[in-house]
Amino acid sequence: MITVENVHYSYANNVEALKGISLTINDGDFIAIMGQNGAGKTTFIKHFNGLLKPSSGFVRVNGVETTKTSVATLARNVGFVFQNPDNQLFSESVEDEIAFALKNFGFDKETITKRVTWALEFLSLTQYRKTSPFLLSGGERKRVALASVLAWDPETLVLDEPTIGQDYEQKEKLRHFILQLRTKKKTVVMVTHDVEFVAECNPRVILMCNGQIVADGIAKDILTNSKLLEESSIVLPQIAQIFTKLSILGLPSDIIDIDEAENTILTKAKERRLK
Amino acid sequence: MSVISLSDLVYTYPGASKPSIDGVSLNIAKGEFVLITGPSGCGKTSLCRTFNGLIPRFYQGELKGQVFVAGQDIAGKQTFDVAKHVGLVFQNPENQLFALSVEKDVAFGLENLGMSREEMRKRVDWALNLVGIYDLRERSPHEVSGGQQQRVAIASVLAMQPEIIVLDEPTSFLDPLSAERIFEVIYKLNQEQGITVVLVEHRLDLTARYTNHLIVMDKGKICFEGNPREILCNEKVCQIGVGIPKATLLYKKLKTAGFDVNSQIPLSSAEFADQLLKVLNQ
Amino acid sequence: MSIFDGLKFRKVSSPIHNIDPRIKFIYVIIIFISAILFHQILPLAILFLMQLPFVFIAKVQKQWLRSLRGAAFIAGFIFVINIVTRLFYNGWPTTTLATLEMVEPALGMTMRFIVLVESFSVFFLTTSPDYLGLALEQSRAPYEFAFAFTTAVRFVPVLAEEAQTIMDAQKARGLELDKGNVLKRIRNYIPILIPLIVSAIRRSLELAEAMESRAWGAVKKRTNLYLLKLHKGDYALIGIIVLVLLVTIYVRLFVFESIPLLSTFF
Repeated sequence: MITVENVHYSYANNVEALKGISLTINDGDFIAIMGQNGAGKTTFIKHFNGLLKPSSGFVRVNGVETTKTSVATLARNVGFVFQNPDNQLFSESVEDEIAFALKNFGFDKETITKRVTWALEFLSLTQYRKTSPFLLSGGERKRVALASVLAWDPETLVLDEPTIGQDYEQKEKLRHFILQLRTKKKTVVMVTHDVEFVAECNPRVILMCNGQIVADGIAKDILTNSKLLEESSIVLPQIAQIFTKLSILGLPSDIIDIDEAENTILTKAKERRLK
Repeated sequence: MSVISLSDLVYTYPGASKPSIDGVSLNIAKGEFVLITGPSGCGKTSLCRTFNGLIPRFYQGELKGQVFVAGQDIAGKQTFDVAKHVGLVFQNPENQLFALSVEKDVAFGLENLGMSREEMRKRVDWALNLVGIYDLRERSPHEVSGGQQQRVAIASVLAMQPEIIVLDEPTSFLDPLSAERIFEVIYKLNQEQGITVVLVEHRLDLTARYTNHLIVMDKGKICFEGNPREILCNEKVCQIGVGIPKATLLYKKLKTAGFDVNSQIPLSSAEFADQLLKVLNQ
Repeated sequence: MSIFDGLKFRKVSSPIHNIDPRIKFIYVIIIFISAILFHQILPLAILFLMQLPFVFIAKVQKQWLRSLRGAAFIAGFIFVINIVTRLFYNGWPTTTLATLEMVEPALGMTMRFIVLVESFSVFFLTTSPDYLGLALEQSRAPYEFAFAFTTAVRFVPVLAEEAQTIMDAQKARGLELDKGNVLKRIRNYIPILIPLIVSAIRRSLELAEAMESRAWGAVKKRTNLYLLKLHKGDYALIGIIVLVLLVTIYVRLFVFESIPLLSTFF
């Protein structure tokens, strides 16, 4: 569980990036943090594993204040996957890359081998075990980065812009993968611009603007609130765009899911005997 | 008349075992807005690089087949000769700006061509105005947002007044709103300046409406080519892993369920919403 | 990010900033030479004070003081080394005069160093890199050299930010940089250096590709969007340079021996 209490954060140049944020992330939550560039999203999530410490206020991970412990200790509970896999890959083989964190955390040899094998399997990378990560494609490198964090089985996984530069199929894979983590009762927090992806994943959405949280609720409510989204320069999801226009027919406008969209329209069509 | 004409193109990167372009023939007419899509690694980026000779000049490797650009066989040409005809805009805006001010960057290509200062000034201002960043001309590249950086990159190829602009996933690092604005700029260039546009893109929901020449690539080959409304309704396209616009998908689902909107296949949410309004309002 | 903020350049305008970098550079060289020609405190102090108007007109006092503070350590080192060597050769001074004779040259050497640092820092603090790059382009230096310079300036902040991200990414995987003995600590930096180098190489390839696509190398003689022209301020500085040069030569040739020393007052 992560509790954030009235956190302010200022960079050394006196720019205040976070202006009083309070939030509770419960075990098993699935959260998408959205907001325009400069809203403070990345600054905020870096507080979860102590990469940044609040200028005032508290961040507690499982009751432990982040200022009172090290990044390495916090990282055991909070795994952080950065946007660009190339910012972390350095090993000679995929296997070594995944083992890196496990060695840092002092796991014994046997456990390391077991965990590496498991992580490779989980992200379907087994065939690349001995391959250099630099020879893999962009999508595969992203998966190696993910595996290298998952390997130590943190309770919470933080993903920074996981869909950026990914094609449709890779995004689908990612979505399934997050679903799998959810069944394992993991907490997943992602920062993203990708409204479509959020609409498909249907998480709890936290909207940030100018260093503050301006909305917190289910995806269906927030992603269909055009006024709120406009203030954050976010475009409505495609399905929501259709239903915003259809609302004059008396149809509900809070629809982001394609199956729900289909059923709603079919019902309406039946009403009008168009079918 | 085609401004780009490829025939039986096969290309393998040095050291690679499989060809990245595997038998591609393609004709692009003057003034067209062509959209190329396909999963990562399908060869679309490589294809763009053949348009101005970066492949094979810069990347080496073996290129078979012919590339005609603006009526010339570019086999014997240097990239800088072709650059006047084809402007390339790349994926990462950060790595294609080298100067310390926006306008200096836009002038970079013209300086390379040895253009006079007066003419250069005119062209730079013209290009900056066209993409709507004239006010930013004295800023340094890291003072402007990603979307603005990408506009600088577009302006800097535009200043060379090429007949063709090729954009390789220009918005994949941008948020959806900035992306939409970039596409609008590109569309305007195509419509108002008559520049032939080749756009490589995943986000079909934002771009399919601009084109009537869609190319879907997979494994180095062109799988589908033609009208996007027909192609995007094809089951096989979904299997390749192309992100079909939600409006098109919904249209298909409704049709399968027995509710036919009875209009042309929609490519964008706005278009489909209007169609639905008409039908459901009867 | 704080330590990298200083690497980002900003366009600032002041009469000093607007002077042609080439002329400013000549001025720095003249001050440099003058400082080497004298070892007495008086002329060095004058050279030191001469920079102050520049600092104030350009409004860079804060940064200037910071750079002097940075140099203070080395200055102190020079002073101590000088004193120690003199003590070693001459032994402990017994009279005030002897003490002064020992301290004065040491002080002179230190002053000389400070004047050098000061003038160079005024130059760099008041010259924006794009202006400097432009000056390089328009001097006879090969264009590749000027291009390398501006690209370096352009990408230093980008790479610095990237280094920070890489550090964060590895720390998030349990890397503790300041753990272990010296050798281990150096090894700790491998996971940071490799991604940084790989990304720099990738970046440079992408840059090269973008350059090629914008007709790099099309003609032998490139043109330039900007033209550096000399303005009032430039001519004023040229005047000052000539004056300083004349005075220095005159003093050095004709009054050098009669420049008062600290010890002459005793």
